[in-house]
Amino acid sequence: MRDMILRLDDVHTDIAQYHILHGVSLDVPEGGVHVLLGRNGAGKTTTLRTIMGLWRARKGAIVFRHHDITALSTPDIARLGVAFVPENMGIFGGLTVEENMRLAATGGRFDDTRLQRIFALFPAMEKFWRNQAHALSGGQKQMLAISRAIIEKRDLILIDEPTKGLAPAIIRAMIDAFREIAKETTILLVEQNFYFARALGETVAVIDDGRIVHRGTMKALAEDEALQNQFLSLSMEAN
Amino acid sequence: MMKTLSAKFERFGGVMLLPVILALIALVLIGRPSTWVTLTVAGLAMGMMIFLMASGLSLIFGLMDVLNFGHSAFVSFGAFIAASVLAWFGVWVSGGNAILNIAALMAAIAAATAFGALAGWAFEHVIVKPVYKDHLRQILITMGALIVADELILMIWGGAPIPVPRPAVLTGSIVIGDVSIEIYRIFAFALGLCVYIAMHFALNRTRIGLLIRAGVENREMVEALGFRIDRLFIAVFMAGSALAAMGGAMWAGYQSLITTAIGAEMMILVFIVVIIGGLGSVEGSLLGAILVGLMANYVAFLFPKMSLASNMILMMAILLWRPFGLKPAVKG
Repeated sequence: MRDMILRLDDVHTDIAQYHILHGVSLDVPEGGVHVLLGRNGAGKTTTLRTIMGLWRARKGAIVFRHHDITALSTPDIARLGVAFVPENMGIFGGLTVEENMRLAATGGRFDDTRLQRIFALFPAMEKFWRNQAHALSGGQKQMLAISRAIIEKRDLILIDEPTKGLAPAIIRAMIDAFREIAKETTILLVEQNFYFARALGETVAVIDDGRIVHRGTMKALAEDEALQNQFLSLSMEAN
Repeated sequence: MMKTLSAKFERFGGVMLLPVILALIALVLIGRPSTWVTLTVAGLAMGMMIFLMASGLSLIFGLMDVLNFGHSAFVSFGAFIAASVLAWFGVWVSGGNAILNIAALMAAIAAATAFGALAGWAFEHVIVKPVYKDHLRQILITMGALIVADELILMIWGGAPIPVPRPAVLTGSIVIGDVSIEIYRIFAFALGLCVYIAMHFALNRTRIGLLIRAGVENREMVEALGFRIDRLFIAVFMAGSALAAMGGAMWAGYQSLITTAIGAEMMILVFIVVIIGGLGSVEGSLLGAILVGLMANYVAFLFPKMSLASNMILMMAILLWRPFGLKPAVKG
């Protein structure tokens, strides 16, 4: 039995007057890629943002490596070793690729080995190192967002829909990159693209209307069409 | 056709060319080069002083989305504190010793700036912090604070206009041919330029500067990277308030006579500069301030009755052309 790196227990989150998460309970095992699937508006992004402290849980508990992080501020959660790649990528467009990465590096200093590994995963980062980030393509911006998340060793990376709007060729490259990244860290991935999720995920949870409605292995879900039909109205075309 | 013109405009410097274009149009309209040089130097000096007052406000808004209508209180206090310090150093200011002249002026500027920083810290803690993320309350409460600050100034310094002694070394003009340039204006321009260079260096060459630039674009992401943006904001707020007070001190010396209306008068120009420059952008503030300074001086000479309206027209024209200002902080 693997240790759990992250546990959500009956988490409720409100945004303004709207009750979005209705008691989300989720266990994320240490290591590998774990996927949170769900249709639009099901509460996937809210779950990630609540874990990251960007929205406050009204009720319930979030435990990361034995630390109760429910009431911690976002910077404190980040300093515990949690990285976040938001849906809009959160790139600083007016900064260069280097400056974006330097912000995420401890003390602003790069570990050369990690940097070379990132350049091997995403050669575009080295090519556009001194370019302003707003001039990058959508795929390159996503690569930068992920590179920034891994420029330091993190225990957990929360990634929100990284394939949104990307070309199939870039999605395939992303799959390879995520497999490489998952060798040293745990990834909690929010996705709508089932092809991408299936290629990477070890475990899967399906969220609907702010509640987890299914938990299991990705293998079981991928092989069971009835389960898919029952829980998902996702982009099943699978490219 | 428009695309070709636009591409050529960008190739030759883009919006940074606007002050040059404005100056050339003014040269044609004014006709006399000597008058034009005098007005241009006056405009650049005025622009630099407004830049000091505006750049902090722009960063404050850009970083935390805070609308601080009380910013001009720092300008007013800076002006009155500088006037008092200069009066206190009366013999040094009016004497013939240039070193003592400059020492007195530096003491006045330092006192105003230090007060701005400390008052900025208190203002942020007491007035601004409770109303983060609430624009309506920010406007109401900072406007209220401005009124209280003006009343405090009235109570301390009285309602009569206060003369501001100008250090002897900065009085008079340099005359080249038939061109006459006030020495104080050269000093104001040089000081503003030094502050801009220092800010540019700090923003582009230091880690704190990198954080501020990133925070202006996406403060949530800066927090997600592990940085306490609220602490950064306090530092920026203090620096912005200190610069506003420094600008007020310089403006007091420029005007020679100040009243309690100084803050309100400058606030209009400061807001115009921040809006046309682009929120959160120091380069934009500099560009906007120079445009406003030049426009105010050229129009005051050519069409005196249009003096204030000219900068309003400038702001409207720029907003119609570039809704986010001339050089806004780049997003995404």
